[in-house]
Amino acid sequence: MLHIDALSKTYADGNKALDALDLTIGTGEIVALVGGSGCGKTTLLRLIAGLDTATSGQIRLDDAVISGPSADVGVIFQEPRLFPWLTIDDNVAFGLSHLSAFEREGLVANALTRVGLSGHGHRWPRELSGGQQQRAAIARALITRPRLLIMDEPFSALDPTTRQSLHRHLLSLWDESRPTVLLVTHDVEEAVSLADRIIVMRPNPGRLHEEFPNLLSRPRDRMGTGFENLSRSILRSLDQSLKPAQKPAARATAGEAAWW
Amino acid sequence: MTLPASTAKGAIGPAPALDAPASPAPARRWSTGGLIGFALPFILALIWEASVRLGFSNGRLMPPPSRIGATLWDLAGTGELATHAAATLWRVAAGFGLGAAAGTALGALSGASQVMRRIMDPTLQALRAIPSIAWVPLFILWLGIFEASKVALIAVGVFFPVYLGVAAALSGVDRKIIEVGRVFRLSRVQMIRRVTLPAILPAWITALRTGLGLGFMFVVAAEFMGASEGLGYLLVDGQQLGRPDRILAAIIAFAVLGKLADGLLVVVTRPLLTWQDVGRDRL
Repeated sequence: MLHIDALSKTYADGNKALDALDLTIGTGEIVALVGGSGCGKTTLLRLIAGLDTATSGQIRLDDAVISGPSADVGVIFQEPRLFPWLTIDDNVAFGLSHLSAFEREGLVANALTRVGLSGHGHRWPRELSGGQQQRAAIARALITRPRLLIMDEPFSALDPTTRQSLHRHLLSLWDESRPTVLLVTHDVEEAVSLADRIIVMRPNPGRLHEEFPNLLSRPRDRMGTGFENLSRSILRSLDQSLKPAQKPAARATAGEAAWW
Repeated sequence: MTLPASTAKGAIGPAPALDAPASPAPARRWSTGGLIGFALPFILALIWEASVRLGFSNGRLMPPPSRIGATLWDLAGTGELATHAAATLWRVAAGFGLGAAAGTALGALSGASQVMRRIMDPTLQALRAIPSIAWVPLFILWLGIFEASKVALIAVGVFFPVYLGVAAALSGVDRKIIEVGRVFRLSRVQMIRRVTLPAILPAWITALRTGLGLGFMFVVAAEFMGASEGLGYLLVDGQQLGRPDRILAAIIAFAVLGKLADGLLVVVTRPLLTWQDVGRDRL
């Protein structure tokens, strides 16, 4: 269970990226955050990853307070961020240096098979396509079996075909150990096809705007009526979230009147 | 990011063979290019040789290639060439070793710490602006006329490109890749060993190669100041004896040694850089 209590982040230049944000994500739940630019999605992920520190508020994973990078939190970035001087095998094994070479080899071979990259382990990252590199990055993040996986627009640089195949890979990997997943995306279709709950954020300062439970059963049919209806509702909410003059439908509190 | 050609054409599914990127462009062409590069000097040498043989020039100040070759052969035969080349190589090696070590150490300090950079960099940049040859009289006063002053001059020449290269590479290491190291909770030492060092390795090797080239430039200046052996001495000696063939023989020996030393550096470091995406065939 991930608990976020009254989390705020104000940058040194005075930019208030997040303002008193509360969020709870159940164990094994997949939550997607969508929102326009400047609504603090990436800031929130960086705080949970322990790469930045919050101005105030607290993040707890189960009972442990997160104050820096943690072994329980896996991160997948927008770019694969593989180390170009390591082979795919060594990149995937990067977080396993405490294990013996024998144990590492077994885990890496298994992880690469699961992301469809078996036989590519000896290659350099530059020899792989963008989609293959991102699959290797997913394998690297999941091989340490984190309890929480956070992903910052991980598929945004890929073409639609590759993106959909990565969605399938991700879901099948998630199904094995069922980590809690927090995914930032600007692709509503991606959010609806992956997440159990979709949260729309609004900018200046970043807050939660509205949330949508996703009860569609997997595998989700992108052409189905339920899928389309949910996507449309989210898009409408996104539109609203970017218009400061309109009062948001849900989660409006008295304090919010002040900023617009 | 460019899409692999096959995916762009609408290949179905993520089959690895289909969405693999195109292999690097064929790089065999350089060998023919290299041979073509030999043609011009070869033709010029032939023309010069012919013009001396046919009596258009007496070849006294500009000896023909055959005479330079004969002089080189003589120098090699008497063992003189080996003695001079060894003296020069020793000086370059010592000066390069000292300059590269100091340049790497100070470059690392300056690149790794903002404070150190603010303290050191202005002074070093000011020193860099001084033509290194200007140090010669001072080095001779301080270190004497023999080896120490020569090695010091070469070390100064090697130091600056290595310092600048290492400092710039360190301060330019991609923040994104450092963050991956942070996500995996690397300690400071682990971060340097597993992320920073490999990241700056290509730039460091380039800086060493630049430094080595400058080392060969400075050894000539160093050997002009009262050496009794070395290829630089052979140059001065040729001038004083009025033997342009000896001067040209020494110049050729310099060119060959410089190229061999650079080639050795490339061969030794190549295994460390096989992962690089660009320029491998040009190294």
